[in-house]
Amino acid sequence: MIWVDTIIQGILLGGLYALFAAGLSLVFGIMRLVNLAHGDLIVLGAYLILLLVTLTGLSPFVAAAVAMPFMFALGFGLQKFMLNRVLGDDILPPLLVTFGLSVVLQNALLEGFSADSQRIQAGPLSTASIQVAGLNLGVMPLMTFGSALVVIIGLNQLFYRTSLGRAFRATSDDPTTASLMGIKPAGIFAKATGIAMIIVTIAALYLGMRSNFDPSIGPARLIYAFEAVIIGGLGSLWGTLAGGVIIGVAQTVGAAINPEWQILAGHLAFLIVLLVRPRGLFPRAVD
Amino acid sequence: MTALLETRDLTARYGDFQALFGVDLTLGEGETVAIIGANGAGKTTLMRSLSGVLRNGPDSIRFDGRGIGDLPADEVMAMGIAMVPEGRKLFPSLSVEENLQIGAYGRNTGGYWSLDTVYDLFPVLKERRSNPGTALSGGQQQMVAIGRALMSNPRVLLCDEISLGLAPVIIKDIYKAVPKIRASGASMIVVEQDIGQAMAVADRVYCMMEGRITLSGSPDALSREAIHNAYFGAAA
Ligand SMILES: Nc1ncnc2c1ncn2[C@@H]1O[C@H](COP(=O)(O)OP(=O)(O)O)[C@@H](O)[C@H]1O
Ligand SMILES: [Mg+2]
Repeated sequence: MIWVDTIIQGILLGGLYALFAAGLSLVFGIMRLVNLAHGDLIVLGAYLILLLVTLTGLSPFVAAAVAMPFMFALGFGLQKFMLNRVLGDDILPPLLVTFGLSVVLQNALLEGFSADSQRIQAGPLSTASIQVAGLNLGVMPLMTFGSALVVIIGLNQLFYRTSLGRAFRATSDDPTTASLMGIKPAGIFAKATGIAMIIVTIAALYLGMRSNFDPSIGPARLIYAFEAVIIGGLGSLWGTLAGGVIIGVAQTVGAAINPEWQILAGHLAFLIVLLVRPRGLFPRAVD
Repeated sequence: MTALLETRDLTARYGDFQALFGVDLTLGEGETVAIIGANGAGKTTLMRSLSGVLRNGPDSIRFDGRGIGDLPADEVMAMGIAMVPEGRKLFPSLSVEENLQIGAYGRNTGGYWSLDTVYDLFPVLKERRSNPGTALSGGQQQMVAIGRALMSNPRVLLCDEISLGLAPVIIKDIYKAVPKIRASGASMIVVEQDIGQAMAVADRVYCMMEGRITLSGSPDALSREAIHNAYFGAAA
């Protein structure tokens, strides 16, 4: 029974990693851009929610909803005025620019909020739990996983049921031919990054409510996100969820064996999947 | 006849390489014009310039009296110039029907063409509507590419080598659509290497060689020899 519990805790933890990863996966899937500042943007989102909660006394969930349009605008502007200029056949310039952005964000957050670790207070919710079939499940982990599911299902609906989703896929296939359909690839990229920032805000909400954060923790979130995306197969949204779950389960199982192994076990799982299936579990047919 | 689409002294280059040298071309309202020429003559470069994929000075291309040479492809398309690109270029992530639907993304003016009328034009596509576009035969893929361009109810339809790589009987099938497309009101520019097909549907023909227009006129007025010389060069 203890193992079942460990694995279920791991699956639920995987929801958090999937939330970290979904925005990264979306952006990579559409424009082949790896945003090295992704983790720092999550931390930025957490500070924005914290600021709103502190200043207005709003509940963290309402504060996150208020933050979403601002984060969308930030992502849209970031893509339109900065990243679109460096996107091209050469993959190095976008990596350099987003790496620089990561450093700038960390330092700006340090200036603005100091190195003290913070937390978004969620009240009794943070310790609440429910009993299911003899298992004690935390409400917060359940909500995290539920949100990850909603995000992945929502993105899939967007991709496969809407005209914007068709434009996303067409632009991902071939931006030049997409422009012959009246699609403006630069505008599509800006919308995609804006949507990714909405998901980043959801990830930030749970990151900030579940654990302490400070300006320096972004890069480690990026690593988890990146591993989840790679495990799942580049560009596959369901794969990203599976990737998050695999890292989550590896971490909780590792921790159950020896608490010091938690982080290491997640990275090992990543390496093993990469060795066995270099293209991830659910690679897209077309790259 | 007033010009609907017109180029004046149009040039194009890829880096240091100049691919078009002062091309003057006119397409009248309701007209179908063929552009023929050997491989590498610059036909695709001309189509890419007309559709906005390659940018130019504003007045080197005029559409409906307005300089459009400097507009990006998405804005040119929104004005009513749709392209069937060389090699079909279907979107592999999209089904047949989605490939058709996306053809109207940037221009939703309404008009004769819709999913229903495109399926009437190419009934086989309706049966295969849920297949990935790239799972179809070459001829069917070409039908999707044509249907996709028609979905925007274009005023000008640019077709770049729609017979490329297809069997003669399939080419004949596809060319059967041309009169129906013309009847819907679209003016057409049809690029071909294969002289016969293009001459049969065109009101006027332009021959291209090495980035220049070497001959133009109505198909009946041009002798085989003149075309041969314009196509391959006088020495050939
Ligand atoms: N992307 C490109 N970069 C450099 N040169 C090109 C490119 N595309 C075409 N060319 C050159 O431009 C000339 C005209 O090509 P193209 O317009 O494709 O001719 P056509 O369609 O008549 O076969 C050719 O010499 C070709 O090699
Ligand atoms: Mg060509």
